Amino acid sequence: MYRYILKRLILVIPVLLGISVIVFLIMAMLPGDAAQAILGSFATPENLARVRSDLGLDEPLVTRYVIWLGNMLQGDFGRSYTLQRPVLDEVLDRLGPTLLLAGTSLVLASIMGMLAGIIAAMKQFGWQDALFTFIVLIGISTPSFWLGLMFVLLFSLNLGWFPVSGMTAVIGGGGVFDVLRHLALPAVTLAVVATGVIARLTRSTMLEVLRKDFVRSARAKGLPERTVIMKHAYKNALVNIIPVLGIQAGFVIGGAVYIETVFQWPGIGRMLVNAILTRDVLLVQGGVVVVAAIYVLINLTADVFQHFLDPRISV
Amino acid sequence: MTADTELLLELRGVERTFGGERRFLAPRAPTIHAVNGVDLELRRGDALGVVGESGCGKSTVARMIMGIINPTGGTIVYRGEDLSQLRGAHRRRIYRKIQFVFQDPQSSLNPRKTVREILQAPMRHLLDLTPAQREHKARELMDRVNLREEFLDRHPHEFSGGQAQRIGIARALAVDPEILILDEPVSALDVSIQAQILELLQRLKDELGLTYLFISHDLAVVDYLCERVAVMYLGRVVEQGSVREIFEMPRHPYTHVLLASVPEPGQQRPPRLELSGELPNPSNLPSGCNFAPRCYRATERCRVEEPPLAGYGIDGEHRAACFFADDPQPPVV
Amino acid sequence: MSTSSKLRRFFYNRLATVGLIIVLLVIAVSAMAPILPLADPNATDLDLRMLPPGSEGRPLGADELGRDMLSRLIWGLRVSLAVGISATVIAAVLGSLIGIFSAFYGGVLDNTLMRGVDMLMAFPYMLLALSIVAVLGPGLFNALIAISIVNIPFFARNVRGATVGLVRLEYVDAARLSGKSDMQILFGELLPNVLPVIFITISTTVGWMILETAGLSFLGLGAQPPTADLGSMLGEGRKSILTAPHVATLPGVVILVLVIGINLLGDGLRDVLDPYLRSGALVSPRPATDVDDQLRRRLDRPQNVAAPDASTASTRPSLEVDQLQTWFWQKRGRRSSAVRAADGVSFQVERGTALGIMGESGSGKSVTALSILGLVPTPPGRIMNGSIRYYGEELIGARIERLRHYRGNRIAYIFQNPMTSLNPLISVGEQIAESVRYHQSVGRGAARARALELMHKVQIPDAEARLDSFPHELSGGMRQRIGIAVALANDPDVIIADEPTTALDVTIQAQILKLLDSLRQSEGVALVFISHDFGVISEICDRVVVMYAGQVVESGTVDEIYRRPLHPYTRRLMECVPRLGERARTLEAIPGLPPALDDLPHGCRFADRCDVVMDECRVAPVSLRAVENREARCIRVEGQDV
Repeated sequence: MYRYILKRLILVIPVLLGISVIVFLIMAMLPGDAAQAILGSFATPENLARVRSDLGLDEPLVTRYVIWLGNMLQGDFGRSYTLQRPVLDEVLDRLGPTLLLAGTSLVLASIMGMLAGIIAAMKQFGWQDALFTFIVLIGISTPSFWLGLMFVLLFSLNLGWFPVSGMTAVIGGGGVFDVLRHLALPAVTLAVVATGVIARLTRSTMLEVLRKDFVRSARAKGLPERTVIMKHAYKNALVNIIPVLGIQAGFVIGGAVYIETVFQWPGIGRMLVNAILTRDVLLVQGGVVVVAAIYVLINLTADVFQHFLDPRISV
Repeated sequence: MTADTELLLELRGVERTFGGERRFLAPRAPTIHAVNGVDLELRRGDALGVVGESGCGKSTVARMIMGIINPTGGTIVYRGEDLSQLRGAHRRRIYRKIQFVFQDPQSSLNPRKTVREILQAPMRHLLDLTPAQREHKARELMDRVNLREEFLDRHPHEFSGGQAQRIGIARALAVDPEILILDEPVSALDVSIQAQILELLQRLKDELGLTYLFISHDLAVVDYLCERVAVMYLGRVVEQGSVREIFEMPRHPYTHVLLASVPEPGQQRPPRLELSGELPNPSNLPSGCNFAPRCYRATERCRVEEPPLAGYGIDGEHRAACFFADDPQPPVV
Repeated sequence: MSTSSKLRRFFYNRLATVGLIIVLLVIAVSAMAPILPLADPNATDLDLRMLPPGSEGRPLGADELGRDMLSRLIWGLRVSLAVGISATVIAAVLGSLIGIFSAFYGGVLDNTLMRGVDMLMAFPYMLLALSIVAVLGPGLFNALIAISIVNIPFFARNVRGATVGLVRLEYVDAARLSGKSDMQILFGELLPNVLPVIFITISTTVGWMILETAGLSFLGLGAQPPTADLGSMLGEGRKSILTAPHVATLPGVVILVLVIGINLLGDGLRDVLDPYLRSGALVSPRPATDVDDQLRRRLDRPQNVAAPDASTASTRPSLEVDQLQTWFWQKRGRRSSAVRAADGVSFQVERGTALGIMGESGSGKSVTALSILGLVPTPPGRIMNGSIRYYGEELIGARIERLRHYRGNRIAYIFQNPMTSLNPLISVGEQIAESVRYHQSVGRGAARARALELMHKVQIPDAEARLDSFPHELSGGMRQRIGIAVALANDPDVIIADEPTTALDVTIQAQILKLLDSLRQSEGVALVFISHDFGVISEICDRVVVMYAGQVVESGTVDEIYRRPLHPYTRRLMECVPRLGERARTLEAIPGLPPALDDLPHGCRFADRCDVVMDECRVAPVSLRAVENREARCIRVEGQDV
């Protein structure tokens, strides 16, 4: 077991390296002159040359990568020129809110989705199943950014139940309850699509598993239905659902970009969009690497959990 | 069948291992010795049965003859040419002479093709015929296997298991091969259908002068269809010879046990013998004789030395790999 | 499935039809946009700014620059649709090619391509798209490229997965043996079978891709003015959400309806194309087999409710099955038809004896066995008639708690395939212990001890160590011994073994048969042993019941049946099986096939294959006749009707 975790951890390293290479290459391909973008159109040739050499833009690609990587490993992600602060600081500041938002959504979606899927599988052909199909359909067809806007329109602007935007109230805010009030709408909006996907997958996986021979064996032993469903069927279904949960985490993180924009949530998604629009190369690089790394770790956790559940998966 | 009959196919020391690759941060993957030095001879007009239980390597041997996988040791010689060294177009030439009938009739036929397409595919690629000739031959094949010609337009899923297997046989015959390798061709069929296919195979062999290599776990079927048989255990041939001799006077302890295990109808007699223990892990073969750990008469020598496949009987055609083969004893109750 | 029946099935799915209508409507409107009488979508008119829907000249309102919403919606829809579909096609083609080649060639190519795919998938979806747009610059075309690239891994993975399953199939080997080259096999044999998966993947992703391109436009990274798609309209409308909410609401509604339509259509397509779904696999069985209403009413009548009668218990047979009829109902469009899997089966078993049920596949032997404790999967199975009595107590229609009380406790099963009958995620010891815990109300420790004791009883070597093993760590023979241990857990009176040795090697089968026989004698259970192999049944049973096409066609002792089979089927069946040592015998195969169980002949069901058939055989249903101690369902047999 521990050997499995160790091995997976070590295998994560080349993946992270690969990510850093890809990110670096993508950013290096940005058209236009970074020095120009920083200094503006009235820059003198000497200043341009100086900034270029400062940023190391004259060096060959590989050198630049190695320097960037080396710096990153020491905690130096460079300096954001639009925000005039170290990239790492900005990224870490923004990471917390995004993790809060994405994490809450994922947990919400997983619980609601799996619960709904199990119930729908057990009550096939009942009204619950039809309602389920309807909800799932809406869930996976709705543009999350539009839904967020509609929620804001209804619950914040018209009904006033929830705040319109931001993570904390501008005046007198900051407590846990305040954050929760601000978190409610964004988290639910973000969870909608993931819930639909998870629910549908859970239902179909459960149905498949419920037809298996070993479920019949469990019934033939006279075990109570609850044991048959949860201990025998659900556990096997979970093995197939967990990898999808990992992938859904990625979609939730991605979807956070929209939600943060709609709700003005101070997260890393919004930061990245702005950074792209303003060509703040180092900020984009740093942000993407960190988010991708977290995603990789989330999937690693999913893998480990799956291994823990399923003894057939070998080291 | 004498030793003078033309030798078509000869396997010498054929080996096949799987696995053994180095893995990252884990011990080396276990090496599975699926086939461990197999010698077989197939002469013209033969019906050679290869029997054994799961893990004995018989299917692997069949696939190596067909070129679906390659041996990791030894030679497979057909009319003087080593098949394991052939590639590409050369290999394809052999498919005109040696063909294969698969075990599962449904998965050996492409569900998206019509029977006509299935039968004509080997003709298209291996023979030089006009479309009219191909069509004629396809109809002929359907007649041979007792299927109506209008079935040529249907798809595999519209057929029962027995019918689908007939199509598989027809396909194998499409290029007029010399040798047919049959890998458990009736195991997936119901008992009453099995008989139909066995009858068909017998008739086809006589009519077309075919040579069969028949792989099966079912001794009674091999008894019916074959004249010679090779018994395999854990990747080796442990006994070989004519069906009558082997099944009536087996010389290898495993063959004894195998024969005694086959349930006989009509008498209510629970099986008295016991084959002790379990099949060893194929990646961790016992030293000496493979069968020693489960053998009812194994001695120290058996656990250390590997008995060679030696000849017994009048012409040495009956071969067995056991130190006690000339004094065989049936298993004690 | 023919094309016409596929179409029929599709349209029978009403939701899918609705989806198709929506999609067709949308495509029609988009395609006709240039010729429809619409206002210029880009014509601004500051006088008409922010007009609500229903205003003069602006049927769906105007946006913040006074442009006509209706017109902009339709033109925007056109753009969104075009981009979404193009991106899907690009991703599908590239991803599928990668997937197919990867799966077919395997090895280094597979590893490299899949590492690349994994690398791409290591990025959260959105992030990669954003990065690509960052490089290429904002713009609709660039957004299209970004979304396509980001979805390639999804196709590649799915298609590779499906192809890997197909490459293993024997027809691929057969194609090689037919002389086909690699390319011919890839595109001629494999691709047609992979296409359904590709279409299914397309149907599940095209809606998503429309959403994602709209999303990029919403962020300002997709469509740039003057081009407008639904997403960018939403993005612009956001600013005026307080004053003119319709500007942001309407585009979203259009997207929602479009994607709903696509998803409904996709679901319908999946239903038709996916063979797994088609076979009705996605229907879960209920805890107990359904009982036909009429039968239930009859059984509920007071004189039929027989409580177990202790005084006569010892003289009654343990298990009595009487005229059991279990049918499988299937719906073809609006009609239902029944497959008569078990159609009037009767037998009984006494303690300490072993009864064999012999038959080929489709004879109804397994269905009969499963019906005893209501384990026949309920859609589609239903018990239509008959009576099943355990020591006199009626089991059909019994309350589920009563059935559960008997299951695994007084009546236990051993199933055919030990690999699939055991739960792969639970240790074998626990799978035995849970039955003990539930039925005997003992603690974990006691149950575990009992499990160990049972494992010794079924002769599992090294039982202590094996208690916590998982099924995949054991051999087939070992697993079946566990299956026997599970059956014995609560000292049952009756054990029903459904082809317990069919999946095992012949030497292992011999071991298991010997074990079963000794256990039967030592424990005194009544054994019902189902098999297609008369030899196996002879080894272990006293009496045999032969089944064909859902009915019992003969019964008697093993010896009687062997020496003098009465029914032509029994006789032919035994004659057509090769026997060791009798190689000179010619096999007389039985011609033809068993009748379809949903289209049974009126008279004798074996008539078409019988070698001594007479005209009268086909006239009327044949009943069982009793001859001495035996029965046979043949008019040639002289005896009394049962």
